Amino acid sequence: MVAFVISRLLQALPVLLVVALISFALFTFVGDPVAAMLSQDASLADRENLIRLLGLDQPWYVQFWKFVGNAVQGEFGLSYRLSRPVSALIAERAPATLELAFCAAAMTLCIGVPLGIFTGIYKDSWVSRLLLTVSLVGVSLPIFVLGMLLILVFAVHLGWLPSFGRGETVQLGWWSSGLLTVSGLKALILPAITLAVFQLTLITRLVRAEMLEVLRTDYIKFARARGLSNRSINFGHALKNTLVPVITIAGLQLGGIIAFAIVTETVFQWPGMGFLFIQSVGAADIPVMAAYLLLISLVFVVINLGVDLLYYLVDPRLRAQR
Amino acid sequence: MLLEVKDLRVEFPTRRGVLTALNGVSFSIAPGEVLGVVGESGAGKSMTGAAIIGLLEPPGRIAGGEIRLEGRRIDNLPLAEMRKIRGKRIGAIFQDPLTTLNPLYTVGRQLVETMQAHLPLSDAEARQRAIGWLEQVGIPAAAQRIDAYPHQFSGGMRQRVVIALALCAEPQLVVADEPTTALDVSIQAQIIALLKRLAREQRTAIMLVTHDMGVIAETADRVAVMYAGRIIEIGPVRDVVRHAQHPYTAGLMASIPPLDRKVERLAQIDGSMPRLNAIPPGCPFSPRCPHVFERCRVARPELMPAGATDAACWLHDQPGASA
Repeated sequence: MVAFVISRLLQALPVLLVVALISFALFTFVGDPVAAMLSQDASLADRENLIRLLGLDQPWYVQFWKFVGNAVQGEFGLSYRLSRPVSALIAERAPATLELAFCAAAMTLCIGVPLGIFTGIYKDSWVSRLLLTVSLVGVSLPIFVLGMLLILVFAVHLGWLPSFGRGETVQLGWWSSGLLTVSGLKALILPAITLAVFQLTLITRLVRAEMLEVLRTDYIKFARARGLSNRSINFGHALKNTLVPVITIAGLQLGGIIAFAIVTETVFQWPGMGFLFIQSVGAADIPVMAAYLLLISLVFVVINLGVDLLYYLVDPRLRAQR
Repeated sequence: MLLEVKDLRVEFPTRRGVLTALNGVSFSIAPGEVLGVVGESGAGKSMTGAAIIGLLEPPGRIAGGEIRLEGRRIDNLPLAEMRKIRGKRIGAIFQDPLTTLNPLYTVGRQLVETMQAHLPLSDAEARQRAIGWLEQVGIPAAAQRIDAYPHQFSGGMRQRVVIALALCAEPQLVVADEPTTALDVSIQAQIIALLKRLAREQRTAIMLVTHDMGVIAETADRVAVMYAGRIIEIGPVRDVVRHAQHPYTAGLMASIPPLDRKVERLAQIDGSMPRLNAIPPGCPFSPRCPHVFERCRVARPELMPAGATDAACWLHDQPGASA
């Protein structure tokens, strides 16, 4: 078990290094940081000075090595745009994105999985057909359209919920939480729904397809022939056998929700990492972009590790092979 | 009689009309009796078994006739009632032991949940019995193996577990659908012997569905031969094997290679079984039958006494005639 975790972490290292290389390449190929940092009337000597200060006169592999060394310590330099440490900026924004992502993911799983089971078991009922038709809309509606529609209805016309921002937050150490205030929770509802709808419809359809597949198998037929109750067959035998593919996709989705909250955060002016990223792209703020890239790849690596560990718990056949 | 099937008819509605998969199937099984059911693929033998345990694959449905267990009709029971019969009164064994067990649960858990679904047993009692059953079906070191998962057993061992699962709630009848087809020949005999021994000990009747005449000849008391959704001959196994009365059964028996002498060519029945949507009028076997005559092409024969068995063949409607 411990060996398995360690081997997985070692396998993740090359992935992270490649991403680091790409992030690092941004500095070289996207814009000239020296020109961006110097004022218009700086002398050539100032320029040389700054280049030496930033270490840009070193060969690229030395620079890369330094970049990695700093990144490991959470050090990504100064934001060109805001002239503040990137790590501080990200630490400030991360809680907003993570709270939004986990609320959306919770919504996805708590609604999507039961809907999938239902539509799988009662595949011919009109309720299932209706749900599936509606889910097609969910899959095909672009996130920003949905976000704006929700704002239009619930914020503009009905005035029930705020249309932007995060509401009041409470500071818990370095973590700023919007989950503990009424205005924070109200502000969370619309973006979370916007972010969840696509994933929710996807997971519903996936669980349904897997349920249909599993319910056709011999072991389910045999479970029926043994006289087990429908509840134990559907929720025990069948559901558990759908879990491996569902965990895989749900894990990828969680990563996707965190990484691609960009659109939702932009629509709702949500002060998270995605919004920060978009602003940084606009200003060619490369240190922030590079840090974001690395952080997101780290998130995926961690989630994949979690997914692998869950497989291990669910499927005894995998345990035997290790 | 333990089980009586009368005039059973199973239909499959399809886009191009209704297919009749079973037509007028009637037979009975006495307590403790082993009835073999043979026939080619698609003859309807597995479907007969599925209809009895109420697990026809939709859209298949029982369109006529009745199935009685100890006199009580079970073909039209509500699902909750039927659930109490499955496992408890009628057990089932499927063909492929590699796919019949849930891969994510230990064999012990599957045994325990089956027994607890039907018998008032505490967890500890059920586990104790589960170990007992694994010992009975010949799993070595049952007390340790009870917590193993299906993939940790070989195919033959898994079929032993399946047999334990089918018998653990002590049913009066077991429907065994090709229980040895997926197994090595060397293991087939062991499994059949085990099934036969346990059935005798428990006084459990068996409906043994197979296409293997050898298995039937060794195991069954009586045998029913199916062809194109009908029973075309039924009788004591010795008579059906030695003195088949229906030309199809006779052809089937002749196609089994003899062990005691060399044959140049194996006997075979020309042609193939008709598809369900193209069953000829009259006797369904008439296009392939070497003894066919005019009446066979127009009128359908029902089972009639023929020698020591019953056969659905017009040859036996004429006084003094035999196949």
